[in-house]
Amino acid sequence: MAMLEVNDIHTYYGNIHALKGISLEVNEGEVVTLIGANGAGKTTTLRTISGLLAPRTGTITLNGEDISGKSAHELVYMGVAMVPEGRGVFSKLTVLENLEMGAYSREDDGIRDDIDYAYELFPRLKERRKQVAGTLSGGEQQMLATARALMARPKLLLMDEPSMGLAPILVEGIFETITNINKEGTTILLVEQNALMALSVASRGYVLQTGEIVLSDTAKNLEKNPTVQKAYLGID
Amino acid sequence: MGNINWRTILRLGLLGSVVALYFSMIGMVEDFSNRNLIGDLLNLGHVLLYAGIAGGALFAAREHSESNTVGRGLIGLATGALGALLPSGLVLLSSAINMRTVFVNVNPALSNIITFGRGVPTGLLLFVLASAVVGLITALFTVLPETWRGPVGKSFGIVIISAVFSDLVRQVLTNIIGSGMVRSLYVGDAYRPLVAAVLFVGLIALFFWLDRRAKQSNETTAIPQTDAKARQAKNRRNIALFLGWGVFLLIAPWILGSFLSQVLFEIGRFVLLGLGLNIVVGYAGLLDLGYVAFFAFGAYTMGILTTTTAINPAPGVFTFWTALPIVVLVGVVFGLLLGFPVLRMRGDYLAIVTLGFGEIIRILALSDWLAPIMGGAQGILKIPNPVFFGLELNSPELMYYLVLAGSLLAAFISIRLRDSRLGRQWMAMREDEDVAEAMGINLVQTKLLAFAIGAGFSALGGAIFAARLSTIFPHSFNLLISINALSLIIVGGLGSIPGVIVGAIALVGLPELLREFQEYRLLMYGILLIVMMLLRPEGFIPAEVFKRELHSDEDTGGPPAVEAQV
Repeated sequence: MAMLEVNDIHTYYGNIHALKGISLEVNEGEVVTLIGANGAGKTTTLRTISGLLAPRTGTITLNGEDISGKSAHELVYMGVAMVPEGRGVFSKLTVLENLEMGAYSREDDGIRDDIDYAYELFPRLKERRKQVAGTLSGGEQQMLATARALMARPKLLLMDEPSMGLAPILVEGIFETITNINKEGTTILLVEQNALMALSVASRGYVLQTGEIVLSDTAKNLEKNPTVQKAYLGID
Repeated sequence: MGNINWRTILRLGLLGSVVALYFSMIGMVEDFSNRNLIGDLLNLGHVLLYAGIAGGALFAAREHSESNTVGRGLIGLATGALGALLPSGLVLLSSAINMRTVFVNVNPALSNIITFGRGVPTGLLLFVLASAVVGLITALFTVLPETWRGPVGKSFGIVIISAVFSDLVRQVLTNIIGSGMVRSLYVGDAYRPLVAAVLFVGLIALFFWLDRRAKQSNETTAIPQTDAKARQAKNRRNIALFLGWGVFLLIAPWILGSFLSQVLFEIGRFVLLGLGLNIVVGYAGLLDLGYVAFFAFGAYTMGILTTTTAINPAPGVFTFWTALPIVVLVGVVFGLLLGFPVLRMRGDYLAIVTLGFGEIIRILALSDWLAPIMGGAQGILKIPNPVFFGLELNSPELMYYLVLAGSLLAAFISIRLRDSRLGRQWMAMREDEDVAEAMGINLVQTKLLAFAIGAGFSALGGAIFAARLSTIFPHSFNLLISINALSLIIVGGLGSIPGVIVGAIALVGLPELLREFQEYRLLMYGILLIVMMLLRPEGFIPAEVFKRELHSDEDTGGPPAVEAQV
């Protein structure tokens, strides 16, 4: 049984049919990526899984338990954390306070240690721990958003476009971290426009187009797939 | 002498002139001229007339920071004289044709004020001369060395402001030094000229001395003084300050007298409202424009439960004190009831829905349908005063203590809530609802709690209000109360408790003291809000988080850089 199973979900924005029957699964320990063009429904899929949007039909199960009706805050307690699109840090809070907010759902004693772990993962954040998050650079904000999501000790991490608006050198760093986080045992579902990078860290991938999944395969095969190469990797 | 930029002078001179013209034509100069400040030499009308002109000269002189004293003097002179242009034109025009049919306020009395009562040729020349001199003095003020500018500016401000609020000052002085002494200092409402001069010079000397002492003590503390010692000294100062304020708040009504106690009561009422709204808007970031509704609920519930004139479910059972918990509970319940339908609204939509809600409540109270219970347009009469261990709280002085107690309680709860887990939830939600939810925060619960607690504070304010006035009408609960409460927390500083108090003093207390100028109240509000948004958008006493955001560009390099080296 897969950790996350999404079964034929349909999501609407008012009357707009945004997701037309998406089915996918994520196994424990995997990095799975959703790639696709702008408006394909990648973010909508992620928001539906995380509970910020409700699917009109279809089911989502986490370790066998139906979570399709649950709201986002309940899922946090079930081990699902999200790194929102556009980074979404609390801009008026300091780096440290942002990390503490990330541990909102926890009441155990390990929070201090986890903050130290986050600093180990992103030494830049340690340097800037007293700085207000709104004044961080784009790359640092992405690091903070990722570190903050990890503070909830998620089993499944949902990442929405972590490379958006970042310089290429920073993008590489972010993807390196994704691999590291995964090695530590966190399962990751990654939504990306930067298909090349996403496929290089993922084990499997799904290709979305106008609200439907048009391809699904291992990352290696997708990289070689002529359609994917042409449409998303810029290779003719 | 540096380059003189004539275009700047022209622009700022005319700008000052337009301000002077505007205040003249809406009748403010004439109305305000009845309030003498210093003998009959200077009245509030003058201040208003020359304020714009002086402002123009001040900015013109600042723009020429490289000019020397003579240069800046000339610039001030020119800008000031230019500032006289439009009001002079107005006087000339009105002496030639009768403008009163269209511009009611352009009348001989206004011309008299502008021309010092000397008529067209001589008076106008005097006015131009006076404007030029005002411009000159303002410009020379900018040339003063730093050490003098502060004391002179502050002293001038204090003399003028204390003269404007001479009612308050005289009342306090009378209670301290007796009315005979006070009479020798004032003519009518105004300072005697000599008194004003002595006060001005004395204040300059005082500020000068204080500045020097502060500098000296800075120099001495710069050399070794342990952190612990400094902190101890600071703690001691804070305790002294705290005790000082405590004692002042306790004895205030007996120094200030009945009228000013009433003003204090009004301030306290809005502090209570402001603290409640601060939870909803400042902490949780939910823009609520119908806040007056909960105030009305509180007042009406108190009225219905304690009078015999309305339909009382249990006449004679409830006193003010036993009704109070029920009133607060009703406020909380209605806060929840309003909260549910608007949960999904954000920002502007929420503001409009709550605005409608506030009006609905007022119209319901006014309606014939509910008249048997709520009294319709007549309202509820004869609400008894609270009785505190046999002492009937029937005077403004005594009611002040009630509102003081309520405000202190609300402030205490606010502080505890801000630093609690719930306070963090509100802050996260205010910043970004989606992210907050992704952190595991239950938005429904968090929003409802903000509405409910804010409504409880407001209902408490309403109950005290009803008990103080003994009579409540639907008209007492209009939109203006919501707007007042919102303005005062914005001016004071969103999310800041001292800010609420300062905001209430500035927007409720001061206008109460200037009742004779009531018709310009909203104009002054508008000007104050615009000036605040331009110069200090974070409010008088901003909360830490808001300060960070609005001035984050200024201190990015500072603390974090030091931090990075640790």
